[in-house]
Amino acid sequence: MVTTTSPIKAESRDLNFYYSNGHKALKGITMPLYEKRITALIGPSGCGKSTFLRCFNRMHDLYPGNSYDGQIVMHPDNTNILDKGVDPIEVRMRISMVFQKPNPFPKSIYENVAYGLRVRGERNKRVVDDKVEEALKGAALWDEVKNRLHDLAFNLSGGQQQRLCIARALATDPEIMLFDEPTSALDPIATANIEELMSELRNKLTILVVTHNMQQAARVSDYTAYMYLGELIEYDDTDRIFTNPSRKETEDYITGKFG
Amino acid sequence: MLQFRYNARIINVNMTTQVLQKPIELPISPRLAKNVRRHVLERIIEFILMLAALSAVATTIAIVVILLYESLSFFEHVSIIDFLTDTQWTPLFEDAHYGILPLVSGTLTTSAIALGVAIPLGTIGAIYLSEFASHRTREIVKPILELLVGVPTVVFGYFALLFVTPLLQKIFPELPGFNMLGPGIVMGIMIIPYISSVAEDAMRAVPMSMREGSYAMGATRFQTAIRVVTPAAISGIIAAYILGISRAVGETMVVALAAGQQPNLTFNPMESAATITAYIVQVAMGDLPHGSIGYQSIFAAGLVLMLMTLVFNILGHITRKKFRETY
Repeated sequence: MVTTTSPIKAESRDLNFYYSNGHKALKGITMPLYEKRITALIGPSGCGKSTFLRCFNRMHDLYPGNSYDGQIVMHPDNTNILDKGVDPIEVRMRISMVFQKPNPFPKSIYENVAYGLRVRGERNKRVVDDKVEEALKGAALWDEVKNRLHDLAFNLSGGQQQRLCIARALATDPEIMLFDEPTSALDPIATANIEELMSELRNKLTILVVTHNMQQAARVSDYTAYMYLGELIEYDDTDRIFTNPSRKETEDYITGKFG
Repeated sequence: MLQFRYNARIINVNMTTQVLQKPIELPISPRLAKNVRRHVLERIIEFILMLAALSAVATTIAIVVILLYESLSFFEHVSIIDFLTDTQWTPLFEDAHYGILPLVSGTLTTSAIALGVAIPLGTIGAIYLSEFASHRTREIVKPILELLVGVPTVVFGYFALLFVTPLLQKIFPELPGFNMLGPGIVMGIMIIPYISSVAEDAMRAVPMSMREGSYAMGATRFQTAIRVVTPAAISGIIAAYILGISRAVGETMVVALAAGQQPNLTFNPMESAATITAYIVQVAMGDLPHGSIGYQSIFAAGLVLMLMTLVFNILGHITRKKFRETY
């Protein structure tokens, strides 16, 4: 899958993470995210993959007592986005996220997609209209909703809601998009749609995806990281991880002997 | 392939119907037979629970029946047109007038002032407690706020009469000692905890995933609170407002003590007036002969009060349904 090497968009360097109860959920994670590539995080429940993903948009800052130790360096700024002097809101403006369960806002389809622009203070209706259309087209949802943009978003099906959440995240032109098990609440057809969409988005931005589904990681990603108990066990090209992993633990997990 | 499947289905259906055509009566094994003791016990418990639930319903129905019955004899003496259009309410005077409008205007004015205070402050309080306050602050502030609910309303009445009105008189020197503004404001303060507490519960019930969705888009706490959490909780927030309105319309002591008890057809908060509740308490405390028109007028007034609350409740219910969100 990996054709040419690409520059590093972001990398974690010896990243440790502690929850407020003192639990050390990440232990010295060092790995890169290549630009315009899809990196998948796999591993059994509780291995820290979601925790790791949520460090990238400083989601842990929402809950008091959590602490980071180590760095996540974002390029081209060459800045540690975990630094106390970095504004998490600025980070989230450039790194957007799609959640496990579709979580549209109690607003119309249009307003859901326009949300990111609205919180950035965009008032020009033409600009918002254009961005909403572009984002919905980018999320392969435009044709299904163009005639009912002002319907409540909850009236969409689960798969459509998840694509709406992707459109919402796309509308602000993020550089990195985080997917936290984006298809675990969806049926196989909707899952296939989302996976196809991710492959298309790969041309535009850098993607980090957490998945429970190993086949999914094999299907969509360029690079795969296997995590276990807060540690990064192995990181490599997806093809290598699934055909010829170098660590025994990875092989056991991939082949289903464990997990 | 398709043909085969088609055939398979036909055969399948035939087999099912064949089985269904011959139901065989089977004897019941004693181990699976209906347990009579358990069954009876269950029915008794069901009956007791139903009685408890019905007691509240029965009381409500009894109140409505008595209100209607006594009001009917009232309306035998007073025409319903006079009752609804006469601008004076003087049932205890020689020249008796029975126009409910002055009492309704007093009720609406004091309630409007109270809600003008309670709705904004209660909502802001709820947003603060639910979205901004730290866990510790909330644990301290919320019980204190809810303590306000426990203060007897007669205390609030004296507070309005002896503290708030004199204070207001410093700003508006022409304000009479009995007026609707003072008790209206105090009633509003009294209602704040009802509104903030119910609204806060509704906002806290909004799933965290929705907030996270907003933060992940780069929204601030304030933007998240106003643009996502409040609309998501709007149905519960409106329920809080309905509760506040019912409290305001039905409140008695504060207005009876501090608004004066002179029925007065006015919406000017600077004047004194009587509310429906104030009239009822005034007359019910007096020694009116049972069955006199004055006595019956309480029930007519009570009926109007009940209908007003009912209308507000229905309006609130409709708005809630219209804004209901599922997540």
